[in-house]
Amino acid sequence: MEGLLHGVEGFMYPNEVELQWSVLIVLYPFLTGLVAGAFILASLEKVFRVEAVKPTYRLALLTALAFLLVAPLPLQLHLGHPERSLEMFVTPHTSSAMAMFGFIYVWYLMAVLVLEIWLEYRKDIVLAARASTGWKQRFYRILALGSDNLSAGALRADDTTSWVVSLVGIPSAFLLHGYVGFIFGSVKANPWWSTPLMPIVFLFSAMVSGIAIVLLLYMLATWLRGRLIDMACVDTIGRYLLYAFVIDFSLEMLDLIHRIYEADESFKTLDFMVHTRLYTLQVIIQIVLGTLVPIALLALALVVKLSDRARVGVYVVAALLTLMGIFAMRWNVVIGGQLFSKSFLGYTTYKMSFATREGLLPAIGLLLLPFAVLWGLMKLLPPWPEPRPETETIASA
Amino acid sequence: MGRPFGDREHLVRVALLFAGGFAVFLLLRALLVPEGFGVYGHFRVAALDANRQRPLVYAGRSACAECHSEEADLLRSGKHARVGCEACHGALARHAEDPAAQKAVRPDSRSVCLVCHEANRAKPAGFPKVVVADHAPQGSCADCHRPHAPTPQ
Amino acid sequence: MNEGRREFLQMSGHLLWLTGAAALAYDYVLAGEPEAAPNYKVTEHWWAMIIDVEKCIGCGNCVRACKEENDVPREPFYFRTWVERYHLPEGDLEHPVVDSPNGGYDGFPEKYREGDGSKNFFVPKLCNQCAHSPCVQVCPVGATFESPDGTVLVDKDYCLGCRYCVQACPYGCRFIDPRTNTVDKCNLCYHRITKGLTTACCEACPTGSRQLGDLKNPKDPIHEFLRTHKVQVLKPHMATGSKAYYNGLDGSVR
Repeated sequence: MEGLLHGVEGFMYPNEVELQWSVLIVLYPFLTGLVAGAFILASLEKVFRVEAVKPTYRLALLTALAFLLVAPLPLQLHLGHPERSLEMFVTPHTSSAMAMFGFIYVWYLMAVLVLEIWLEYRKDIVLAARASTGWKQRFYRILALGSDNLSAGALRADDTTSWVVSLVGIPSAFLLHGYVGFIFGSVKANPWWSTPLMPIVFLFSAMVSGIAIVLLLYMLATWLRGRLIDMACVDTIGRYLLYAFVIDFSLEMLDLIHRIYEADESFKTLDFMVHTRLYTLQVIIQIVLGTLVPIALLALALVVKLSDRARVGVYVVAALLTLMGIFAMRWNVVIGGQLFSKSFLGYTTYKMSFATREGLLPAIGLLLLPFAVLWGLMKLLPPWPEPRPETETIASA
Repeated sequence: MGRPFGDREHLVRVALLFAGGFAVFLLLRALLVPEGFGVYGHFRVAALDANRQRPLVYAGRSACAECHSEEADLLRSGKHARVGCEACHGALARHAEDPAAQKAVRPDSRSVCLVCHEANRAKPAGFPKVVVADHAPQGSCADCHRPHAPTPQ
Repeated sequence: MNEGRREFLQMSGHLLWLTGAAALAYDYVLAGEPEAAPNYKVTEHWWAMIIDVEKCIGCGNCVRACKEENDVPREPFYFRTWVERYHLPEGDLEHPVVDSPNGGYDGFPEKYREGDGSKNFFVPKLCNQCAHSPCVQVCPVGATFESPDGTVLVDKDYCLGCRYCVQACPYGCRFIDPRTNTVDKCNLCYHRITKGLTTACCEACPTGSRQLGDLKNPKDPIHEFLRTHKVQVLKPHMATGSKAYYNGLDGSVR
């Protein structure tokens, strides 16, 4: 640990040398961002009736749920006393964004996501309950809340309620991830974080990452199922990804230009940091490879006539680069904000350990866990029930 | 026999489930709020006590004067009037409680005196400082200066 | 109904009401006795600290005394108080060279030559006991708080160790105690000042550079001091309500 002192350049307040928030705190906004983004994509179909993306509707919902369930885990691992975390619900400090977030999380999980998924799948659950026996039947019966009504009236009620939940869900999703941005953006002590743009930047980068991951998962799942990819669907998703990206990039550039122009007391130290310690991660990985290249690729697919195979390739590469870029953005905000001294006179380094509670190994594990959860969810609530002759859709070429 | 809510019955079950969950949450909250929370503000009153519970390590200069009034008077008469006893003699709360439990040690003058008086560019101009290598390369500072009322003898 | 009976009923009603109020008050009494020290009443004090930069000699007594009094971990990453040395090259206010070797715990080895035209001085730092504390604002559970007598304290048994307050403090005065995984910081030696003693750092300071002050005590020398000296707080633009008043603070101090 004494080695940390050797990583200090210039002057840091003595208590600042060791970083407070680790890679786990980078992971957390990344995971909740995927939730918000996936849900927004789902609501495109439900609320805005963009029919083309219908094949991804259920997948997007399940993806959101899988990531939302895993999201509190990095926080729990990070806390000095995870056993005390329920205090946030018992005595929440209303002036603290972190405390209020606990309630937003529960609201979004139960009143939006779980409810939405339940309404969407209720018919399938009831049918499964009718078709199975023994404990499986009991399980599906409980999941259906004992309901057995699949009349046209009941299904219509489901649809209407689902529409309302989705409608409420959109601002809820904005709140879910905008709040995470506010947790950083409201810290006046840290000029790298403190900006009113922070919640909005976080939100749009969340949408970008969420759309990208659903796009990727849809193509992967379709390929694994041996089906044809619905090109109209992925083309539409690619378009929306591009739109979200352009807005996201504009917002980040606005923040940057504003900083450079105003050049307040923090500017020199931040500028130096971006040009040295943060250069590879910020400029190369986040901006060039993680934003500009995907934008160029997506624009290419939109403007130039490419074959289906080529477009799928473009989307895969663009989505992967996007996810990498958005992860880098979270890293640059969280870790970058702790690399410089609040005295503006020095820098420290982040020594990420490997197999400790807040090390790289648990971070990788937590990054992979949602996919395992998603796999389980997909087995329980299949997004694409096996087509029966009268309802089989023929994927467009 | 028509059901009360007809086709919306399952939605009512959901609503009841949510309401029930909320009620349970409120109940748990009422039970789990710690004692004494919110009396003076958003914190546990017991924390004020907890912050007071630490044993003293430094006795404070008035405690020393109770027994060592001669030294205290001497100190007050000289240039070290503002210097606390424990600033040089170290923490002595246990000694003040029970002199047998902790012995006060006469500090080594060269280490204690030089901490303050060794010359350093950042020390204020008016403060008495020496470059000890030139001033007195060997020997104890107490050979010429009385630590409690430091004028050269 | 005759007068006697009415009077009796009224009196019983009052008694009943009083019992209820008394029961409530007794609950609060049971909940904690902050007035346990016989003469100390939280509402009679409003603590502040004066730091006279022109008197600090960088001896490090305060850093050592604090670590000993409050059992602060001795490693160079945990400080409730520390001292910084400023070196301003000739004519350059904007680029101070600052160091704080082990927080000033072992003093400051000489680094600079005579006659280089530079300006050098020491600045002690500690928790500013802010009246509008940003660290208290962000605590999710109320584990750090402003006491009624003006100190910012930590509830070690309630703290989650989320570190949000450490991020929110503009002065860098908070740290996580690795032994308890909860936050720690200068609490103005609350266990001493509530007994009429001064803080460990003020006790150990040989030049009177650090002085505890009680703004609610009309006889406290702090009032005269604030009247006759030009004082500043650190980072005034943050509007934290800092109650650590620095005399002789140079513009280059961060």
